[in-house]
Amino acid sequence: MASPSAPVEGVAPARGRGPARDVAGLGVGRAFGFVAPAFLLIGAFLIFPALWTIYIGITNYRLTGVEAVSPSVVGLSNYTKALNDALFHNALWLTLVFVLGSAIIGQNILGFTLAWIMRRTRPAVRRTVEAFVLLAWILPSTVVAYLWVAFYDRDGGTLNSLLGTQGTAWLIDYPMACLVVFNTWRGTAFSMMLYSSALQAVPPSQLESARMFGASGWQTLRDVVFPHIRGHVLTNTLLISLWTANDFSPFLLTKGGPNHESETVPVYIYNVALQGGELGYSSAISFLLLIANLLVSLVYLRLLRRRS
Amino acid sequence: MRSLSRLTTVGVLGAAALALLTGCLGSSDSGDSGGQDANRNADAKKVELTIGSNSVKGGKSSAGATFLEDVLIPKFVADQKGKGVDVTVKFQGDGSDDEVYKQKLSLDLSNKSGPDLFQIDGIWVGEFAQAGYIKPLTDTVGDAAKVNDWDGWKQIPESVQALGSYNGQRYGVPGGTDGRVLYFNKKLFQQAGLPADWQPKSWDDIISAGQALKKLPGVTPIQINAGTAMGEATTMQGILPLLVGTGATINSDGKWLGNTPQLRQVLDFYHQIYSTGLGDPVLQKEAKGRDKSFAEFAANKIGVLGESDYFWRSVVEPKEGVAKMADRDSAVGWALIPAMKPGAGVKGQDFVSMSGGGATVINPNTKFPQQAWELMQFMNSADMVKESLDGAAKITQRSDVNSEVLSGDPMLSFIADKVLPITQFRPGLAEYPKVSAALQQATADVVAGKSTDAAATAYEKAVETAAGSKDKVTTN
Amino acid sequence: MTPGFVLRRIGFYVLICAITLFFAVPMLWIASAPFDSSPGLGVHWPDWTLENFRKTLEHPYAMHSMVNSLLICVTTAVAVTLFAALASYALSRVRIPGRDALLYGLLLLSSVVTGTAAMVPIFVMMFQLGLIDSRFGVALVMTGGLLPAAIFILKDFVDAVPKSYEESARVFGASTGQILRDVVLPVARPGLATIMVWAFVNSWGNFLVPFLLLRSIDKQPGAVLMQTLTDEGGSVNLQVLPVFSLLFSIPVVVLYLLVNSRYGFRFHGGIKS
Repeated sequence: MASPSAPVEGVAPARGRGPARDVAGLGVGRAFGFVAPAFLLIGAFLIFPALWTIYIGITNYRLTGVEAVSPSVVGLSNYTKALNDALFHNALWLTLVFVLGSAIIGQNILGFTLAWIMRRTRPAVRRTVEAFVLLAWILPSTVVAYLWVAFYDRDGGTLNSLLGTQGTAWLIDYPMACLVVFNTWRGTAFSMMLYSSALQAVPPSQLESARMFGASGWQTLRDVVFPHIRGHVLTNTLLISLWTANDFSPFLLTKGGPNHESETVPVYIYNVALQGGELGYSSAISFLLLIANLLVSLVYLRLLRRRS
Repeated sequence: MRSLSRLTTVGVLGAAALALLTGCLGSSDSGDSGGQDANRNADAKKVELTIGSNSVKGGKSSAGATFLEDVLIPKFVADQKGKGVDVTVKFQGDGSDDEVYKQKLSLDLSNKSGPDLFQIDGIWVGEFAQAGYIKPLTDTVGDAAKVNDWDGWKQIPESVQALGSYNGQRYGVPGGTDGRVLYFNKKLFQQAGLPADWQPKSWDDIISAGQALKKLPGVTPIQINAGTAMGEATTMQGILPLLVGTGATINSDGKWLGNTPQLRQVLDFYHQIYSTGLGDPVLQKEAKGRDKSFAEFAANKIGVLGESDYFWRSVVEPKEGVAKMADRDSAVGWALIPAMKPGAGVKGQDFVSMSGGGATVINPNTKFPQQAWELMQFMNSADMVKESLDGAAKITQRSDVNSEVLSGDPMLSFIADKVLPITQFRPGLAEYPKVSAALQQATADVVAGKSTDAAATAYEKAVETAAGSKDKVTTN
Repeated sequence: MTPGFVLRRIGFYVLICAITLFFAVPMLWIASAPFDSSPGLGVHWPDWTLENFRKTLEHPYAMHSMVNSLLICVTTAVAVTLFAALASYALSRVRIPGRDALLYGLLLLSSVVTGTAAMVPIFVMMFQLGLIDSRFGVALVMTGGLLPAAIFILKDFVDAVPKSYEESARVFGASTGQILRDVVLPVARPGLATIMVWAFVNSWGNFLVPFLLLRSIDKQPGAVLMQTLTDEGGSVNLQVLPVFSLLFSIPVVVLYLLVNSRYGFRFHGGIKS
């Protein structure tokens, strides 16, 4: 890694950022001009389609067949259907497992561990390790899917060669575990980078005194480091949870199979919309996913507020 | 909780905007082209046409795309030039998964856009017609005699014409078709003491051959596609050929097949294969299971495999196949798929098969309906159909072409002569994909160890939902 | 050098090795399959050949699809970075009521809406705008989808940039433009570069948007092309696919290395602390 621009890091711990102050003399007019292009695009390509999607969610719209010509408004029946749909429950549960296992636990812990142990390693080692972690993050998802299909492959797969378990069909026998490991691999880089910069905000003097008082590694982490990076942990967890909950790449590995065993909500939405052609129903499920995301974020906002 | 109240505000604003949107959905789709004059631009001297197809050079169905782009289009343009018409034809190739291609095409068509001529799967004809995306050829072209008098129809067998028809009306001209048989590995058969000219006469014959093959080490005796991972391949290569072997069809008299004795017989057969070690249950669940089964067959690890002629032409084909078998011609045998018992098949047949294929249709919103019909006839003339094969042997829609090009290939002649007369097609109805998915799920359940009854009950429930009401499902 | 210290050191390096292996091993396929004469979905020591490369270069659309990918993704990355930078600076420095709720709301929307469910609205809208079969249109849609997260990350980043710099520059009589150009931009550059790579990478792998919006084969990007590398029965073309995967990965890796060597690829100063 190239040397970071020093001044920023030195001042970064300036927390409790006060009210926004217009220090550069931007003025409301120009501020509006700055915000306008972004919000125009967001309005056109995000909010407008979103509202439209919500509307489709209360119809029985399909792309082909009779309902394509004359869709009718069916009120909330798509929603009541979802609430009684065993496959949707299954998808929700699997998404929860996926987020919990790969984002909240996997990426968070591995990312933090990497950031923590890389603080004092030699630059060469650090650069090598980080390069691999980041490579996993930046490779295109279609390519990554093939990498992991080859990794888990039943016959010539790398995993079976390494473990000497020829013939084990990992993606069939343990689909969710495979996806959790895969997504941990895929997304850890973000947490690692975020925690690396967060750890620089921990004053070295406090770490030093903790050591002098004979605190164990775990105590140091809990009592000295964690209070400083609490906000980072929450922000990071929110972002990676949202990204993971809406991640479509499980489809590329397992297509939701075998027998719906790895069909997370985004995959289910895709299958309902494309295989089944039921756009109304899939829009309704998307909206439910949005609500679920909203609830998670509200919990996060409360936690963030509660910190002293 | 200030942010909460703000979110509420945003929500209220959103609801208001939503109210404005109401009506956007249907309006862009409604209105029909019925009022359009079928003879619009009939005398135009400058014509632009686009052909759409889910194929692309260097990718999916590369040969088809190459033919359309490099042979058909230049020839048609030259032909029209001779008639004093300046035609430009564009090729719009795709080459993706069929399901996503279908959605993309539907999006175009629902906005009254899309290519002037396009190729679709025969089973989409019904749902596209219901949605008004395509119209009977006589409507689009405007002149019934002009369409019906085309001499090409005489060369296309009735059963094959069904591919481009819906409710007894022709919506398009069918492309080539295919047929399903049981392939077997003669080398393994010899080792197991089975005849090289094997022809099972009942399902029991298949099972007993499987039991003989089971004694060979490392060999999976039978591969009948099952489960959801293989998608439509399970339905077409597995369930439906077996089902017609019990005398039932998936849709008859406007009703979908429910939990009937015939369905349970099919599921029992699956149960017999996958619970007694005659088939590999894990392979059926793998995302790339079908590719795997090809590779295993080519590596002499599978004894019997149900597939269409695609398997012969493109999979075990010695030079270009995806799972090449250098000794294909001597090592691969084929047999008709038997009915459950002799005479028990649909229409009292002893042997059965299923076929699929595509059709070329005309976009009702084309600017040049007459010229599109010209192109359609040109495309399906004996000369062009022959050219489209580019020297390869393949089953076409035209009998005259088939009898000429298939003579050099015993397997494909077998399909054309023996299989096509006894074959069945899937119903091109909008509910079909869901019923098919329910069938796949039922086999998945059986392979996973569920009882036949439980799988069949769950299947019937899914079909009822798909069909919309209990009245549209047969039971007993 | 106590034995305990040595043990800890060994344990430490074993841990590092294990983690590195975990990240490296799945990548073996892309290092071996492109060079193998009979590439499969497994990994084995290749039977070396460059035949697959020849086949890929001969593919009628493969190389051109890379150009399309570059066109679309560079446009997207630049637009996302520029608009997100402007918006996040203004949002960070000027008080706008309802700002936080708005940002969270947009972030949530963006993570859900860009997928399958919104394909009909997006298609119909682009159709009405006449932006079907336009690479620019594809870039616009992707930009709209990526902006909320980009603003979210960048705003926290700008929040952490000390205001004292701008204040002192202002005391010395610098104009707003000068402050932005000479004070804020240099400090923010690593963050901007990171966002740019992030936006580029995200749009690089996007299949659905270009697939739905483009019509001509010669405009399609690599992510769409990859889906077409199958035969009529849906079997994957294993001669072209691994090589194309490798080539398709190179631009993102190069971009990352470039940005990394110039600015360092990390979130300086942190997101919200």
